[in-house]
Amino acid sequence: MRPRIPAVTGLLLTAPLLALLLLAYALPFLGVVRWSVTLPQPGWSQYARLFTDPLALSVLVRTFRICSLVTVSAIAAAYAIAYVWVRGTPPQRRLAELCILIPFWISVLTRAFGWLALLSSRGLVNTWLQQLGILSEPLTLVRNEFGVIVGMTHFLIPFAVFPIASAMRAVDGRVLLAARGLGASPRRIFWRIFVPMTLPGIIGAALIVFVFALGFFITPAILGGGHSVMVAELVYLHMFQSPDWGLGAAISVMLVAVVGVLMALLWRFARPAALRASR
Amino acid sequence: MVAIFLLLPLLAVVPISFTPARFLSMPRGSWSLVHYRELVDNPDWGASVLLSLRIGVLSSLLATVLATLFALGIWMTQPRMTALLVGFVLLPMVVPPIVSAMTLYFLLTGLSQLAPLLGYDTWPGVVLAHVVMIAPFAVLLILVALAGVDRRIDLAARGCGATVTQRALRVILPNIRFGVLMAALLSFVLSWEEIGVTLFITSVNAITLPRLMWMGVHDNVDPAIAAVSVVLIAITTLVLIGRMMFQRSDT
Repeated sequence: MRPRIPAVTGLLLTAPLLALLLLAYALPFLGVVRWSVTLPQPGWSQYARLFTDPLALSVLVRTFRICSLVTVSAIAAAYAIAYVWVRGTPPQRRLAELCILIPFWISVLTRAFGWLALLSSRGLVNTWLQQLGILSEPLTLVRNEFGVIVGMTHFLIPFAVFPIASAMRAVDGRVLLAARGLGASPRRIFWRIFVPMTLPGIIGAALIVFVFALGFFITPAILGGGHSVMVAELVYLHMFQSPDWGLGAAISVMLVAVVGVLMALLWRFARPAALRASR
Repeated sequence: MVAIFLLLPLLAVVPISFTPARFLSMPRGSWSLVHYRELVDNPDWGASVLLSLRIGVLSSLLATVLATLFALGIWMTQPRMTALLVGFVLLPMVVPPIVSAMTLYFLLTGLSQLAPLLGYDTWPGVVLAHVVMIAPFAVLLILVALAGVDRRIDLAARGCGATVTQRALRVILPNIRFGVLMAALLSFVLSWEEIGVTLFITSVNAITLPRLMWMGVHDNVDPAIAAVSVVLIAITTLVLIGRMMFQRSDT
């Protein structure tokens, strides 16, 4: 009847947010891109440095290693607690839900500090182990890669739980019953039927965790204590401690490119899964 | 076991917060409230809480309004580039926070020269940055809420001659009010605890609560942080348990 008027109104409604993000996000990002090729002198030298500078290179390798380890451990832990959340008894489910949601809603700072309280040389773990006489000297559990991996895994578990749990909810319980009826052992049902059926959720969760871990900054900065710098912290250092904005900007641009590729993969693998689950 | 792993660091801060020492340690024998006193006595903490509240409420309001308008526009017109537009709006959520932080640092240092009130290290500048960062989450929640609305009621309203404004305000909004409320709540929490970007765009004037906590954790490990953490954890836990009870009595 009057299709044009609503269309114009609709576009007007979307305009304020689009304008804000264009002006306050997209344009400044182009500015960062410009930094990466103009500071300190025009050219691609900063990108070349990324792959030749030994410090930058070691940080890239470490980031990749930590992110991979964190992804594997977070997925394993998330799978276990998601299983209880989806298929446990009602009290178990409520407990699992609290265990997932309380950390989820608590700020990254508090959680990193909690690990510091637990693992530092005068923290809970070392105090107990020394009081029990197991240790004479405190163990170094933070300000190294171990602390970073533990803290990041802890932070990312809830994010991995949600896609895995939704894949688990989509599993038809009758399939499992049928398998039991045909004489499969519980272990066999779990590994040969349940896990393969939730595989899209696992892949989606793994990509999400990996992407989040790549851009991680707060937890490594607190729990790594400058001894295991990751890419994001390297950007921070180049911005504020040894002003080298060009290199910081080049790292940012490269991070966006990597994340873009991973998100394209996520779109390709996990979206059909989400569509299947909603049906 | 995973449950213990998830809760352990949150429980660990409780004894630490009662230590009488000035450094991070377990209380040995004597328990003390000195760090809770510190929270009350030191005006920095109160000031940063008030600042975080102000920034949180304002950015949540702005982000929710912008996101609601955007989502309504998309839902009512279903333009061809829907996927592109939504994808663009969700960018700040997907891009690594460190890159967003650098981008917003670029924006605000630039703005400082044009409009000093909105620039680097000012609280309106923090609001601007937070709106950019949290609007995608609000858009997502409201789009999900809209997906549950039956299009036929909107068609009926249109058939009865309702104007676009009437359809939006009297037909669609009442149907998604819960989603909008959740979006506002999530936006507030996200702004309240935002640190990655805030760290880049503030230095000495606009010290939000997470910014102050960051200084206490990163520069020197201050047990007062444990006391703040205990308070924050207690509030979160109470809200979640309360919500759970509410839901159970509801069904």
